[in-house]
Amino acid sequence: MKKSFNQFTGSAKYIASEELRNAVNVAIALGKPLLIKGEPGTGKTMLAESIAESLNKELIVWNIKSTTKAQDGLYVYDTVQRLYDSQFQDHDVSDIKQYIKLGKLGEAFVSQEQVVLLIDEIDKADLEFPNDLLWELDQMSFYIPETKETITAVHRPIVIITSNAEKELPDAFLRRCIFHYIEFPDVKRMKEIIKVHFDNLDRKLLEQCLETFYWIRNFDNLQKKPSTSELLDWLQALVLGGIHPRKIGEEIPFLGVLLKKNQDLDALLWNVKNPRAAKRSSFYR
Amino acid sequence: MFTEFFFELRAQGVPVSMNEWYTLLEALERGMAYSSLIGFYYLCRAVLIKSEAYYDKFDLAFARFFEGVETPEDLPEQIWEWLERELPNDHTVRMLGDLKQYDLDTLKQMLAERLAEQTEEHHGGNYWVGTGGTSPFGHSGYHPGGIRLGGESQNRSAVKVAAERRFYEFRDDETLDTRQFQMALRKLRQFTTRLEGAKTELDLDETIEATGKNAGRLELVWTRPRQNAIKVLLLMDSGGSMLSYSQLCNQLFMAVNRSTHFKDLQIFYFHNCIYDWLYLDPSCRQSESIKTTYVLNSLDSDYRVILVGDASMAPSELVRVGGIIDWGLYNEEPGLTWLQRLRRHFEYAVWLNPIPARYWKWAEGAYTIKQIREVFPMHELTVQGLDQAVKALMARKQ
Repeated sequence: MKKSFNQFTGSAKYIASEELRNAVNVAIALGKPLLIKGEPGTGKTMLAESIAESLNKELIVWNIKSTTKAQDGLYVYDTVQRLYDSQFQDHDVSDIKQYIKLGKLGEAFVSQEQVVLLIDEIDKADLEFPNDLLWELDQMSFYIPETKETITAVHRPIVIITSNAEKELPDAFLRRCIFHYIEFPDVKRMKEIIKVHFDNLDRKLLEQCLETFYWIRNFDNLQKKPSTSELLDWLQALVLGGIHPRKIGEEIPFLGVLLKKNQDLDALLWNVKNPRAAKRSSFYR
Repeated sequence: MFTEFFFELRAQGVPVSMNEWYTLLEALERGMAYSSLIGFYYLCRAVLIKSEAYYDKFDLAFARFFEGVETPEDLPEQIWEWLERELPNDHTVRMLGDLKQYDLDTLKQMLAERLAEQTEEHHGGNYWVGTGGTSPFGHSGYHPGGIRLGGESQNRSAVKVAAERRFYEFRDDETLDTRQFQMALRKLRQFTTRLEGAKTELDLDETIEATGKNAGRLELVWTRPRQNAIKVLLLMDSGGSMLSYSQLCNQLFMAVNRSTHFKDLQIFYFHNCIYDWLYLDPSCRQSESIKTTYVLNSLDSDYRVILVGDASMAPSELVRVGGIIDWGLYNEEPGLTWLQRLRRHFEYAVWLNPIPARYWKWAEGAYTIKQIREVFPMHELTVQGLDQAVKALMARKQ
């Protein structure tokens, strides 16, 4: 296999599966945005950091909120400031340029070096949000009518988009993306991940923890299944607490670190006490 | 060559477009599949498939199409080591026409024989197992119909990976969990600024107007951000025949209940069909009931109504006076009249049926299902069905 210049191979702090590495490299080579989906806590956001680190590029993060509009990523025209300035007449308000503030996407375009742009949790925004970005992501340029300027990407940024699948994304948008779904890591990969974060963990402790962790995850009625980050926190707590490995399976210390919801805690404890009754489903509640 | 695969995917119901197919061809031209089937598998999936819901269908299509193409797994350790060392750059492909094509069984047999004969590493050449060269066995070499042994660090065959069907649970034509129902319900929204809330957005038009009136002295006017104005009325059948669907209905109930984006949510229950009374809890006790007319009068016509029920009952329950199933209750008007009344009052209403649509004509309650479908647009209670129902709820009466 020829090693091309922009080849993502994972980084010291981040274990990327072969499929994921392939997807990243395809996206980079074809210059298309990479859409990453997966359960919370599978390292979607970390991926962009890892790519930036391993390719030695700057990372620009655009965090999407429910109120974010596509325009915010391009540029914001601060009319209120301009109006205020015109009132007090201590600025030259005819120069509109000083009131145009580039958004994250704009920043990525004007950067003199290729950057990694992370559009984080795109599904939080309005349903139409992805469609509003189609042209800009395709052409890598946008027009600012206020200054009659066209901003064109100096270098096509590597665009990583993450989604928690809260909303479905429009087809037209999906067609332009490379897609990858990060599976929840299995025991083997989980061990690799843990190895990255903990130097020398007691082997017995690790085995016990993983067994208990996957046992908890396999309960159907949990509202929020514990994820990798919770497992790491839990391990940290167990190590600091100096808990003996044998105790973990028996009493599950610091369970609150793994399960954040009261109902889940109750459900788990109840399940443990009444293994048979748990199988019956209740009607409407 | 493998254009057929494109059609195989489409036949499996995977929405692949020409656009994506061109992208795939472009990627292949650049050698992004790393000349291995598993690399090809990952490449195809990344480029062609845009939702984990289709991973399973993709796996099926892939396994079916590339069946018979496989790489052997149980190779002696030593062979792996030989293969891991790459051939120095000499990839000139010569005399390709002379290379023999073998079928898979012959190849497997030859490989076994060759392995028995071979005692050392080989890179290049046309006979021994090694890297490069034109022997049908090994990797990084070229043989039009050879077996790739290793290469990279993978030893799973793509067809095997595909055949594992690890993504079966993501299929969206299966009935799905709360979260996916919630996702579908999220589309049920309509934004308006005319609700209560803090005024945080600059209203440009009003600002200009006010500033003008203020003789040019700046006067800022703020307005409220947009909010969802959708109100939902959920009516659920909790009759005996619904027991078999309780799990499914339970999930829908939780999804609706957890959807915080509605301006208002009202939930009532009924037993088989709607008559004079609606019930406050699924047990449908008369002591916990409310008059249907009260609900009709107190709720505006812009409530989006979602009825959930199997719509299967004795015809008399639907069309006869006094046909109500509950002993000791009597209805002056047939259930159908009540349903029609409901339909007239509310502008947007749908019926969700947990019975799969393909059985509607043959199910026990086929007659009443047909009758009710004439009143309400009916969709099956799956993610796709709910999707369609939500679309219907956003549009005016059909």
